[in-house]
Amino acid sequence: MPPPYAQHQPVIQPAILAFLLSLLGFIFASFYSLDLQWRALFSGTAIHTSADFFHGFLPPALTHAFLLKVGQATLETLAMSAVGTGIACFFGSALALPASGRLGTWARRATRLLLNLLRSIPELVWALILLIAVGLGPFAGTLALAVHTTGVLGRLMADALENLPTELEASLQVNGASPAAAFCYAALPQVLPQWMSYTLYRWENNIRAAAVLGIVGAGGLGQMLKFHLALFQMQEAATVIIATLLLIALVDSASFKLRHQFSA
Amino acid sequence: MSADFSCPPDPAWRSRVTALLIALIVLWPLLVASEFKPWQLFDKQSLDATGHFLRGFFPPAHSKEFLLLLLEATWQTIAIATAGLTLALLTAIPFTLLATETLSISRLESGHMRFISLLIRQTARWILVLLRSVPELVWALLLVRIFGLGPTAGVLAIALTYSGMLGKVYAEILESSDARTTQVLLRNGSGRLAALCYGVLPATAAELVSYTAFRWECAIRGSVVMGFVGAGGIGQRMDESMKMLAGDEVFTMLLVFLLLVACADFVSSFLRNRLT
Repeated sequence: MPPPYAQHQPVIQPAILAFLLSLLGFIFASFYSLDLQWRALFSGTAIHTSADFFHGFLPPALTHAFLLKVGQATLETLAMSAVGTGIACFFGSALALPASGRLGTWARRATRLLLNLLRSIPELVWALILLIAVGLGPFAGTLALAVHTTGVLGRLMADALENLPTELEASLQVNGASPAAAFCYAALPQVLPQWMSYTLYRWENNIRAAAVLGIVGAGGLGQMLKFHLALFQMQEAATVIIATLLLIALVDSASFKLRHQFSA
Repeated sequence: MSADFSCPPDPAWRSRVTALLIALIVLWPLLVASEFKPWQLFDKQSLDATGHFLRGFFPPAHSKEFLLLLLEATWQTIAIATAGLTLALLTAIPFTLLATETLSISRLESGHMRFISLLIRQTARWILVLLRSVPELVWALLLVRIFGLGPTAGVLAIALTYSGMLGKVYAEILESSDARTTQVLLRNGSGRLAALCYGVLPATAAELVSYTAFRWECAIRGSVVMGFVGAGGIGQRMDESMKMLAGDEVFTMLLVFLLLVACADFVSSFLRNRLT
């Protein structure tokens, strides 16, 4: 009698083989239809142009006046992301209540649909739309961040609320506390650390987003970068890029430390 | 004995009010710097502009030529994401092999790596950090200057940023797997590639593929956004329509974009569910 493990399967199952082949076809079709300039990419002139292009970045502009301007733009970026995240935190937590099904199934569905809509449209597209409403400048960027992040945070916060064990809140209510008090003293303290860490995590994301939002005209470092690149002032552009990288690194480490503190 | 059910004052109100005040004081300069003027939204001029733009949304543009154009742009967006991710994958794999600590032979012998191995490993990591720290949109903006408007810049921008992300996360996934199998293989004289294929990969393949599927979904979103700086696809068309204030076209594109993102989301979560 043959041992049971002797019934061997084919090395690759036909369904997986078909999937892999269609994936290969998909990738091939992508490259084929894009009409990429491979020749330009690997030709001597392209390497030469790129080298020239990146050589133009050196040395970065470091005059006192320009650094001040970059500092101001950095502050603007930071402010855009912080205010945007703050507003989103407020509206997100407000929308999380109906979205977690506390006000009935229909309210839950409607709010979730709204949150999904806000979340699916990226910040940059929101910024383009909002530029029409409020004009060029950091306020459009702040609002764009706020709108998109409200969608993200609202959904995450609602999920956190839904995953909460319900016994504590129920026992307060059974003992005569009003629903609002039961929520504030039973549910809220439990989800608050998680809400805070979601908000901080989104803030980290939003700083990256705020740094590039300006490219469509919504203020901050991105706007400066676009401006100087358009004028072919490469050395100034280099300084702006370095400032962006520094800002992102700084925020990453700060947020990392804060989150450790909250989770500890 | 009677219990007092009236609401007692919040015992922590003093610290709560102080914290709120401090937060407001800290927030104030930020509000100034971000030019936070909500009333701008409601003044007559901007309400008129917004109203005019929004009224243009209906009916959404649906002429045959436009839909065909949109279909082509949508495919271009998907193709940019796919081609970019493929190139990123090809770049990320060698970097992952260089950066993964579990595959170090010298560490096995003495407990710490040889200096040269350490140097190579750290260099690979720093290159990955640099690649992923520059936002994809900035890469796209720079590459558009070199290669001109069109999908080449978009594909390369995705390839550069995502190779950094994939390389880092792949290395983390490989290192988080149980190292004993690999160590046994390496100690018994297996080569590094064989140790990777038979020691680490069987345990981590599902996670690696599912992360790649997730990144593909992100790349689709990214390639839409990169169109705004002229890197081709649906984003570039949307930017053009937005500049001409053609609300009906913008609305159709938003709908197509939402559909595209939902589809990508569905495909990638379907793949991930099948794997895990």
